[in-house]
This record gives sequence, structure tokens and C-alpha cells, in this order.
Amino acid sequence: MTEMVTWTCTGCALLCEDIQVRVDNNRIEQVEHACLKGKARIFGCKHVAVPAVNGAGVSIDDAINEAARILKGAKNPLLYGWSNSTSEAQMAGIELARTLGGVLDSTSSFCQGITINEIIKGTIPSCTLEEVREQADVMIFWGANPMSSHPRHLSRYSYFPRGELRQRGYEEDRTAISIDVWQSRTAKICKDKFYRIPPGGDAEFMRGLMDGLSGRVPKLSFDFDVKRILELAAVLKKAEFGVIFAGLGLVYSMKEDFGLLSEFMDTLNRFSNYSLIPMAGHFNMRGFNQNLYDETGYIYRVKFVDGKAASGVEFSVVEQIKHGADAVLVVGSDPLASLPASISRRLKDIPVILIDPCMNLTSQVADVTIPCSTSGIEVGGTAVRMDGKSMEISPLVQGVNMSDEMVIKRIIEEVG
Amino acid sequence: MTSAMEIYQLLPKTNCKECGESTCMAFGVALLSGSRKFTECPPLMKEEKYIDSKQKLEEILKPLEGAHETGLIIHDELCSGCGNCVVACPVDVANDPHSSGRGFGPSNDKVIFRVVDGKVKAANIKECRRFGKDKILCRACIDPCPTEAIEFV
Repeated sequence: MTEMVTWTCTGCALLCEDIQVRVDNNRIEQVEHACLKGKARIFGCKHVAVPAVNGAGVSIDDAINEAARILKGAKNPLLYGWSNSTSEAQMAGIELARTLGGVLDSTSSFCQGITINEIIKGTIPSCTLEEVREQADVMIFWGANPMSSHPRHLSRYSYFPRGELRQRGYEEDRTAISIDVWQSRTAKICKDKFYRIPPGGDAEFMRGLMDGLSGRVPKLSFDFDVKRILELAAVLKKAEFGVIFAGLGLVYSMKEDFGLLSEFMDTLNRFSNYSLIPMAGHFNMRGFNQNLYDETGYIYRVKFVDGKAASGVEFSVVEQIKHGADAVLVVGSDPLASLPASISRRLKDIPVILIDPCMNLTSQVADVTIPCSTSGIEVGGTAVRMDGKSMEISPLVQGVNMSDEMVIKRIIEEVG
Repeated sequence: MTSAMEIYQLLPKTNCKECGESTCMAFGVALLSGSRKFTECPPLMKEEKYIDSKQKLEEILKPLEGAHETGLIIHDELCSGCGNCVVACPVDVANDPHSSGRGFGPSNDKVIFRVVDGKVKAANIKECRRFGKDKILCRACIDPCPTEAIEFV
């Protein structure tokens, strides 16, 4: 039987809820309105994971038992990944970390975690994407290239659509600005509002812009037309509702001087109403931060000792893989592909358990592989969008594997 | 992007009128618009000295084969399905103001652009502002395309 289903896409943290999918007898036939990223997510993995221990095929029960044995025997297990899991699976992960007395961290540790921390704690103001669509007139894509990372960002929310207070949309009512080290696809759309800065020059440019906003002449150590900064400051001052979309370029460049970002937001808010939205990548990265914060008061890099949580940079995935962790549970992530080789190399020296629907690079070094169903396609649940809005996701088709939440709950039963 | 002059340079330039057009330039323009085929030029097909020109012409006219009546070509291999054209097209906004105009996927069949399986597809091409006797040189779908996947010839 063929039916059209309205679905929420889990291809990225935009969670587009207007996707139409044609499903025929539990098989996905066609997807409408989703971008190429969403299409790739919905049509699933190229190589499906199978249960295995030390490279040999086993039953799913044996794989779960072996994973539980490794985790139980470890003194300092690291539980990492989580951004491609539903909030329900993340909550089970927090429970497992508490039971094991292990370290819990997510991909946000080297992504937007630092920005989300400031937003959750209230030091940086934020808003929803609906507010952006209905009201925003000035948007800055700083170190961000949504045309590649979140293809529908500009068409669904930020620049092109007609909003309640922006009836003439991008043609007259909105100004898109790109500040980046290269002319990205997003920068091309911003045309003459593209400001190219040198790598690592974000903080200095931000100070220059703050000078411009305060009526002082900016002084920069790199070659940049001061007039253009003053023009930009004038545009920012005139905004009625401004938004900064902070990309990884900004976060990586500013992480040593993150207080400056709050200062910049304060300066902007003296003139108008400005918010910041982190360009979270994976569909439920922000969900992990929010769930862990609700449970422990910390958003990431947590170690449980006697059921109590402590947080610190020494509990980050990078530090733990370098030295510390004696077993790693990876859920829906691929650290071998995303971390530098100098760090991920150690994964071959410690036991690695991988829970994932697909084979990936980490599968090559995993001692135990446990396949699970794909979140958002074969199993539903809750996810948190990049702006912090909680959304319900319904499954599209029935999968053959159990969900990652179920796998983790089974491991908790075994180790408990 | 192929121009009429580029095509003209590869034609015999004898204005023999065997094709029915008054000049080779007129025939070149007809080739560009897709209303004629280069095989309809008798000297080009018969005479050996035009073999190289014929091959080149075949190469430069190949990309135009998929063009719609307005000259619209969508390069599937470049499209990322971002939907900027769906929302930016003034015809889509007029025909579907509460969905396409506000950033959602189209809610009816009157729109020109629609993203299917991650690639944009065009329909209702006669609605395009580049079509008909009151046509204008609209660029609303070309300018917002970050990958240059949309082209008019």
C-alpha cells in the first residue's frame, strides 16, 4: 500500500518538519522538499552494520553481552557520540554512565558545545528560528556556511521566506551578511555584504566592529578597508531584529576569548535586539546538551563518581582518548573520521564498542559492533533543534534492528 | 554559456537559404532557441569541409537538449536541493503564498519549482516570467542558486 507521510527530517539540526515521503509497503519510494542531505539520511546507509565481536559475526545478544563485559571490567569507560540519537536514547546513555561511573561526552565537545553552554546559562541571548523567519531583518553568518551544512537554512528560515514583519522577504526586507575566511556558497548569496577576514582574525574584527558601533575608528593589524567596517556597523545599528548564526569558524577562532562574544552581543543589544543561534550540525546535538544539563547541571564533559557528576576539560573526548579512557562506547558517531589521527590512533589500543546502524571508519577498529535502527527513520522520539525547540519525530518504516535506546537499556541490565 | 554568435561561427556562413531561414545567423538563433536542429542545414550535413564544425556544433548544442521552452536548464549534478529557487521565484510565491512563499515545501501543483529526491524539478514552465509575449528577463531563480545549477539559454 502506498501512502504519503509528512515527516520531520533528521538530516541536520534544522529538523525540517514539512517533508513529504512516499512509503510503499514499508519501503521509502520518494522524498519531496528535503535537500540532498536529508535525502541521503532518509535512504539510509551504504553498508549496513552487522553484530560482530573481534571481526567475527555473532548474534545480537552475544554482542550486547560482550559489550557489557568490557564496560563492566573497565575502570574509566568513555561513553561518546549521542548527537545522532533521540533524547530517549541520550537519557538511557546518562543512566548507563551513572551506573558505570564513567565519562560521558558528545560531539558537541569539539563543536558548538561552548556556544550552547553560554546560551543555556543565559549569558548570550538566543531566539527561535520561527522568530527569525517572522521578524529578522539583519542576519550575520559568521564562520558559517549553511548552504553546505544546512542547505534549507536560508530558504526555510533566515533569508528568502516572507515573514509576518518581512513581507517583501529577501528582496527588500532582509540583509544577509557573511563574515568568513573564504568566499563560501553562503557568502556568494550575500554578494557585497561578504567580509573576508584572515584565519584567526575573528576576535580582532569583532573588536573593530565594536569600535565602529561605539563611534570610534577601528584599528586592525591586517589589511582591511576601515570604511567597510563602519558601513557594516551602520547596517547593524539600524536593524530591528538581528541574528548572528555562529558557525564553527567563529567558535574555533574565539574559543580562547569567548567572553568577547558576550561583550559583542551586549554592545549590539545597546542599539537593537540581537540574538545568536549556534549552527549545530547533527540533528540532536543540542538535545544531548539540554538533557545532560537538566540531569547534572553540566552540558558535556561529565564524569560520574558515586552517582554524582563532575565536569572539566580533562573529561573531554579528546583528553580521554589521548590518555584516561580504558574502554570506549561510541553511539552513532565516527571518531576515527572526525578526530585528528594523532588522537584517534589510540582507539586501536583500547577496546571500542560501536552502536550504529551503518558501517563507518570506526567499525574498522571496533572490538564489538552492535547494529541499531536509524533514529528518525526506523525509530521515533524527541529531538532538539539547533535553536533549542523540542520536536517529536515519528518513525517512517519498521527496521529489523532494535533502537539504540533499547541496546543501551539491555547493557544497563547486564552491568547493573 | 553558448551564444548565437558562437553557433554562427560554426555554420557555413553562406546564407544559402536551403534551410528555409533567410541567413545563417537566423538559423543559428533558431538552433539556440531549440526550434531548429543542426541536421536541418543541408551543406553542413553534405559537405566534407564542414565535418569539424559539425562535430563542434553537436558538442556545444548537447547541453541545450534538456532546456525547457523558456530556455531553463537545471544541472542535476550541481543542485543541492536547498530550495532557494522554490522560495525566491515570484510565480511560486504568487501561486502558493502560504507555503512556498513562507519557506515551506510547495502545497499545490501550480508552482514552477519543487524539490524531489534532493534535486529541484521544474514544471508549469509556461507560468515563468520569461515565457510568452510579455516576457521579462527575470533572474529570481538564478541569483539565489549557490551552486549555479540553474541556467537560461
